[in-house]
Amino acid sequence: MMKPIIEARNVGKKFRIGTQQSYYSLRDTMAGAFSLKKKSAVRGELWALKGLNFSVKSGEAVGIIGRNGAGKSTLLKVISQITPPTTGKITMRGRVASLLEVGTGFHPELTGRENIYLNGAILGMTRREIKRKFAQIVAFSEIEKFLDTPVKRYSSGMYVRLAFAVAAHLEPEVLIVDEVLAVGDAGFQKKCLGKMEEVSAKEGRTVLFVSHNMQAISSLCRRCLLIDRGKIISDAPTDRVINAYNRLLREISTDNRSIIRDRRRRPATGHLYFTEASVEDSRGQKRFSFESGETVRFKISYEIKEDVNGLALAIGLRSGVSREFVTTTRFVLSEKEVPAGTRGTAVVELEKIPLRLGEYPLYFHLGGSAEPKPACYDILDDLLPPLIVTDRSYLGNPTFFKPYSVGYFSLPSKLVSHQIKGRKNAQR
Amino acid sequence: MDKTSTRNFEYEITPPQGFVRINFPEIWRYRELLYVFAWRDIKVRYKQTLVGIAWAVFQPLMTMIIFSVFFGRLAKVPSDGTPYPIFVYSGLLLWNYFSTALTSASNCLVENESIVKKVYFPRLILPVATAVTPTIDFFFALLVFFGLAIFYKFPPSALGLVMLPVLLLVSLVAASGLGLALAALNAKYRDVRYILPFFIQILLFVTPVIYPVGLIPERWRFLMFFNPMAGVISFARNTLLGTGAPDWRGLMISAGASLLFLFVGLMYFRRTERFLADVL
Repeated sequence: MMKPIIEARNVGKKFRIGTQQSYYSLRDTMAGAFSLKKKSAVRGELWALKGLNFSVKSGEAVGIIGRNGAGKSTLLKVISQITPPTTGKITMRGRVASLLEVGTGFHPELTGRENIYLNGAILGMTRREIKRKFAQIVAFSEIEKFLDTPVKRYSSGMYVRLAFAVAAHLEPEVLIVDEVLAVGDAGFQKKCLGKMEEVSAKEGRTVLFVSHNMQAISSLCRRCLLIDRGKIISDAPTDRVINAYNRLLREISTDNRSIIRDRRRRPATGHLYFTEASVEDSRGQKRFSFESGETVRFKISYEIKEDVNGLALAIGLRSGVSREFVTTTRFVLSEKEVPAGTRGTAVVELEKIPLRLGEYPLYFHLGGSAEPKPACYDILDDLLPPLIVTDRSYLGNPTFFKPYSVGYFSLPSKLVSHQIKGRKNAQR
Repeated sequence: MDKTSTRNFEYEITPPQGFVRINFPEIWRYRELLYVFAWRDIKVRYKQTLVGIAWAVFQPLMTMIIFSVFFGRLAKVPSDGTPYPIFVYSGLLLWNYFSTALTSASNCLVENESIVKKVYFPRLILPVATAVTPTIDFFFALLVFFGLAIFYKFPPSALGLVMLPVLLLVSLVAASGLGLALAALNAKYRDVRYILPFFIQILLFVTPVIYPVGLIPERWRFLMFFNPMAGVISFARNTLLGTGAPDWRGLMISAGASLLFLFVGLMYFRRTERFLADVL
């Protein structure tokens, strides 16, 4: 019996709140040293991870899912030795390459060719290894023509393609990937997913994969860990964990008023604010998870703080993969002046959504009604839990990621004709 | 990474505790990265400049001219009987290396923050690589020195030439020792970034770069050599220009001091190393 390649026992990671992101300045420390207040009283502690136990067998592909801030990325950073755990122990029995970001260490002034060597070395490849795979990397990235151009002149798409191409040719025993598919165009994403499948299925490498993209997770991983508030709350086959995740989202998403009330992270002008935004089914039940073909209603309330000239509501569904808009809709609520103090509620219905399995982050926009450039007053962009679309016929079937289920929409389609001539090229 | 060494490969990730030893085998495994970082810094340094690497020649030359006018001509600083330009240049040669190495090593973690936060590698590699990189500029500056030596007819002594690599090494040890400590400190307190230029300026004035060691009373001179660059520069000048007998005692004190710096720097760096991603 082979020992597991990753073995985590009671792993915990504690942050002192306030130190996680900001750096200290000497003045703060000196002020702290001379103040009478006890530091611990001011600064709180946060267990980003607590009491994690799991093991991963060699060759396994394990998905890690959870809400934002659940601790997924921290876990990957601990496994990658970027940040140390506060408690516990992880035993690693293979070499790790982690891809927590696309293009780590890329230097804008250097050419594509030079960056391949730089990035490869940073990710742990030897010079010889890079040389050997150089042609493959270039072919995968599709940027041959610009190989000797500084990457600062690249389009963002080219940049991402080159970066992923380098990473895709790593040959570690354990590959750790964090949400890198969230960038790049759809075609390239598919290529990346394919490459990752190749790495895990054909080459038998161990893969740890964090993503919000349930399609990618379930096509790649048989097993998933669901992390919430720093703890593993489910460790099971992927479809069961995804169901548990959807349940979790539903539980926490029924009351999102506090999220909407917190306006600090929004580009609001102050003319008006969203006061409520919820997603309901046709019976008025609040939920975020729907089956393909169900009817979805958005209930939006707002309060006008300063007189505005005209009011329009736009709602968009983003792609959970690339974040571009999958579809949008817009309604003019008023073409006249709306005085301060007005409160309103609007309900928008999407009938029998033809959406396919996936997560669709939501976008709500309140703006002016004037064309062609209406004012923009308040935006809720991906602040609510995403709309989750499930499809009963696919769940529990690990091979659902077949060409016939790719994409966002199921459009009504039929086979109109099909002619066959001769025997040799019977089917085209 | 070769296949044979990956068999039975096992390591543990645990909370940092107690005294951490330097993992030399690991650093050896990552030696290529050290080379790549140095290569990157050299490549990037003079990108999108008109004259490119010629800056490595112009910079010390300009400093020499400015110092010669203000300190040599106007302030009449003594120069041990040598022409002031070659006198000050022999000091600037190693001083410039030291100050560039120290500055870039101190800022290396902050400047490579995105890499440090996203990829694991022995962190020690970064400050060491950045401290090594300016040796390239040193060699270009050395060419200028030979030009000056011919122009002023001051042939450097054989001892001076033989000892030059040793002096460079002592400067490297001093710069990376101080640089390690300051880099780790800088990760936590960005104040370092702003204090550093003043610190280096002060250091320039307590180092016999623009004035001869003779200006310091004999009794206090040994104290001065605790500044590693003082011993290095006075030794370099004495041997390259033949302004006096080589001061072995001063050089030994300075070399000892630079080793001490390296030791303290390493200790402090090791202690903060694993938390870098959290504090940066």
